[in-house]
Amino acid sequence: MDLPEDAGQLEAEAVRRDTRDRWLMSVPALMIIFLAAAGPLLVMVIYSFLTPGDYSGVKWEFSTNAWSSILVQRDIFDDTLQWADAHLTIFWRSVSLSIITTVLTLAFGLPTAWFISTRPPGKREFWLFLMTVPSWTNLLVRTIAIQELIRAEGVINNVLIFVGIIDEPMQMMFTNFAIGFGMTYVYLPLMVLPIYAAVEKLDVRLLEACYDLYASRWHAFTRVILPLIKPGIIAGSILVFVPCLGAYVVPRVLGGGKNLMFGNLIELQFGAGRNWPLGAALSFLLMVIVMIALIYYIRITSQERKDG
Amino acid sequence: MEAQAQVPVSDADPTPPADTSDPAAEIAIDARRISKVYRGEDEVRALDNVSVTIARNEFFTLLGPSGCGKTTLLRVIAGFEPPTAGTLWLNGKDITRLPPNRRPVNTVFQSYALFPHMSVANNIRFGLEMLGKPKKQIDEIVDEMLNLVQMQAMKSRRTSEISGGQQQRVALARALAPEPEVLLLDEPLSALDLKLRKEMQIELKRLQHETGITFVFVTHDQEEALTMSDRIAVMSAGRILQIGSPQEIYQRPAERFVANFIGESNFLDATLSGNAVTFRTGGTYEVERPADVEDGAVSVLLRPEHAILSSDPSALPATVETVVYSGEATSIHTRLDSGEALKVRVPNAPHSGGLPEQGAPVRIGFAPGALTVLKD
Amino acid sequence: MAERSAFSVRTIPGFSAIAIFCFVAIYAPILILVTFSFNAGTSLAVWEGFSFKWYVAAAHNEQVQSAALRSLMLAFVAAAISTVAATMAALATTRTRHFPGRTMIYAMINQPLMIPEIVTAVALLIVFAWVKVVTNHTSMIYLIAAHTAFCIPFAYLPIRARLETMDDSLEKAAADLYASRWHVFSRVTLPLMMPGIIAGLMLAFVISMDDVVITEFVKSAGQDTLPTYMLGQLRRVVTPEVNAISTVVVFAGAVLVSIFFWVSSNRR
Ligand SMILES: Nc1ncnc2c1ncn2[C@@H]1O[C@H](COP(=O)(O)OP(=O)(O)O)[C@@H](O)[C@H]1O
Ligand SMILES: [Mg+2]
Repeated sequence: MDLPEDAGQLEAEAVRRDTRDRWLMSVPALMIIFLAAAGPLLVMVIYSFLTPGDYSGVKWEFSTNAWSSILVQRDIFDDTLQWADAHLTIFWRSVSLSIITTVLTLAFGLPTAWFISTRPPGKREFWLFLMTVPSWTNLLVRTIAIQELIRAEGVINNVLIFVGIIDEPMQMMFTNFAIGFGMTYVYLPLMVLPIYAAVEKLDVRLLEACYDLYASRWHAFTRVILPLIKPGIIAGSILVFVPCLGAYVVPRVLGGGKNLMFGNLIELQFGAGRNWPLGAALSFLLMVIVMIALIYYIRITSQERKDG
Repeated sequence: MEAQAQVPVSDADPTPPADTSDPAAEIAIDARRISKVYRGEDEVRALDNVSVTIARNEFFTLLGPSGCGKTTLLRVIAGFEPPTAGTLWLNGKDITRLPPNRRPVNTVFQSYALFPHMSVANNIRFGLEMLGKPKKQIDEIVDEMLNLVQMQAMKSRRTSEISGGQQQRVALARALAPEPEVLLLDEPLSALDLKLRKEMQIELKRLQHETGITFVFVTHDQEEALTMSDRIAVMSAGRILQIGSPQEIYQRPAERFVANFIGESNFLDATLSGNAVTFRTGGTYEVERPADVEDGAVSVLLRPEHAILSSDPSALPATVETVVYSGEATSIHTRLDSGEALKVRVPNAPHSGGLPEQGAPVRIGFAPGALTVLKD
Repeated sequence: MAERSAFSVRTIPGFSAIAIFCFVAIYAPILILVTFSFNAGTSLAVWEGFSFKWYVAAAHNEQVQSAALRSLMLAFVAAAISTVAATMAALATTRTRHFPGRTMIYAMINQPLMIPEIVTAVALLIVFAWVKVVTNHTSMIYLIAAHTAFCIPFAYLPIRARLETMDDSLEKAAADLYASRWHVFSRVTLPLMMPGIIAGLMLAFVISMDDVVITEFVKSAGQDTLPTYMLGQLRRVVTPEVNAISTVVVFAGAVLVSIFFWVSSNRR
């Protein structure tokens, strides 16, 4: 079959026009996000290489001090280099509280996800809905609710005193415990949902097969159930760990001024700390850590979509 | 229609012919008056007062149309469904309340249910490890099983990386490895193509022979049941209609349903009186009279291959309607003078000719013993 | 005819108890908060009888009034703009084979979801502080821009999901019946994707209403929204007035989210 010289040109032209139209349609969304979300991140990187201003803001002088001062600081008196202990304490608190929260949400979330997925088919949506509704309501309000619970005159202390377990109110507010408790409460649904999705896909016949082959409840759980829902567990863990690491509201309300986390350390640089470049550098660091975790998350979930 | 009468209800009842020797010692599974009711939006009586004994080393098949309760009975035996009523005995012990992980019974699942996160060998190991066998013994048994099902070369493959037939073998090996008292197989061949299915039928027979394990095999394919089984239980709507050897089931079906479900059949209306039946077209023939059928109107079964075209004047007169050639035989569809349809199956000889034309009058005869009186 | 041995392969001992505990634990703090908002006394600890007095107090508090109004206005504008932008982007990125840059558009639209809020907040503070100094302009435009940006991915999600369930045969049929491109869009495509658009609009509204962190860093003096006002109050002596405001916020949010779920599950 002979094709004329200009064969395919019409098609190519149509495809090109279609692509251009689709880009044009996306422009408003892209512009808004670039101006008020993504673009400023680039400016932030520039700021991390400037010198702090005298009052606030920056002086336009290049400096890597912000980056080095994340980890080390120069002693005011003898000019020696020392570890920035205050920062390291806060990093350690952020990481350890995030890990503890992840483990706690897993310990509570896995049974909850299992429970939901073993409800009769028509009822599962209801339980899922019950689990997700609070997570769509105001984060600050939920944090305040936890504060109500654990304040010195809060419900927990009142009940414990009434029952006679303690005489004096326990100090729970403004502790690491309060932060971990609050974050577990707030982020539990983020653990439940991906694990639920994994459990839902679990073939009951595999459970029957393992009990048929003499497995105990424990062995069924560790040898068959856990390995099969591992992708859901990893996804849930990342989804909880990431916002914990960047948490701001929960530690601010429940941790008070002393128990800072990463997010509060960043804020401090723009307030009392008056060190915008350090704040920018810390932000960028947090962003990079989170991006790495999320890219890992996306790879796991898309891998699973391919397998399933 | 009372299925119960056909089936031994308890130890005291007469046992079926296959295990006449010494019932108590030879019986592996004894299900007594088992009922299973699924309560959902509407109640489903999946098993209705089912009693059955299965002898040791027997290849026993549950045969019936889809939805008749075969899987349910198998799951009751495996321990996945508690029976609503009735008891289940294994080797003389009541196991009704025993959970599945403590029953010496293994299942080959319909869709194999192989663990996707384990290799072929680890799937086979699983049951042995759960039983806490010593590692050395486990290795030996796994090796033996891999050889038995000819999967030695694939032992470290993932179960998703092998074909359907191979998955089938692994599922078999996995269930056989712990040497269960009874192996339950739920339509294990239904996912395979015809050629592979035929191969696996022979393979399964061989495995049952070599291992000496009692097989309870579920299928809805009558041909499969006839070729593989020592005994068959035909089920319908949650009841067992008849239990017997393939020959008994085929040649002496107890009920019209059984006759209809297995093989091709002609049913003729007749009147029974004493040891003889009289057809509506006329003609009186001697029959073996079943015990529980009264004189009067009955249905008589005549298998198409037991009917012959005859010149005997006492044979039934009929008219040819269609002639269907199908390779090894030819089916001749005729209509009797009474208006009843009757099919005759004639094997094709090398130089067969002389088959009747459409519309031709013929006479249909049959060998003595070809007629079976059915209760229905 | 009781079920006898009740071995279920789906049972894991203790799991149901933990799950029930979780469901109780999720709602208990909110219920306590709501309960004490009706406390007649000033104390947050001792129940002194039922009263609406804190609701009345909150309603008459001028700061609360203006913060609530500002929150609503902001959420409404941000949700509206982000939904329009997200609808266009969703139309552009669905029901097509891969075209150059599609992955990049996806990534960009979802970018606000990928970055911790505090990071975006700080970046916006840096840039907007500079813009405010240069232009000497401190209107709500900054808050609107910031809210619109982080609402876009939330609005985009349900709209895209809706579009992906729609095949284009109806549109083809309309075109076959002599409808112009505009008529195909306004008479067929738009009505069909409406449930997704409404869901997206509501989701964006809820997300904007709830935001604390970015608002806290972007707002100029006197631009408190309800959440930032509450955050500020927590530094002072806490009265049940905060509980009263919280209760209203929780109920408004729960109602919107319920409607959202209802709308988006109705698409089947
Ligand atoms: N879990 C269940 N809940 C309700 N009804 C069921 C359940 N399992 C099976 N049934 C019903 O019980 C009957 C027998 O099913 P089954 O034993 O699977 O039949 P078969 O294996 O012979 O095809 C069918 O009517 C089926 O719908
Ligand atoms: Mg079945």
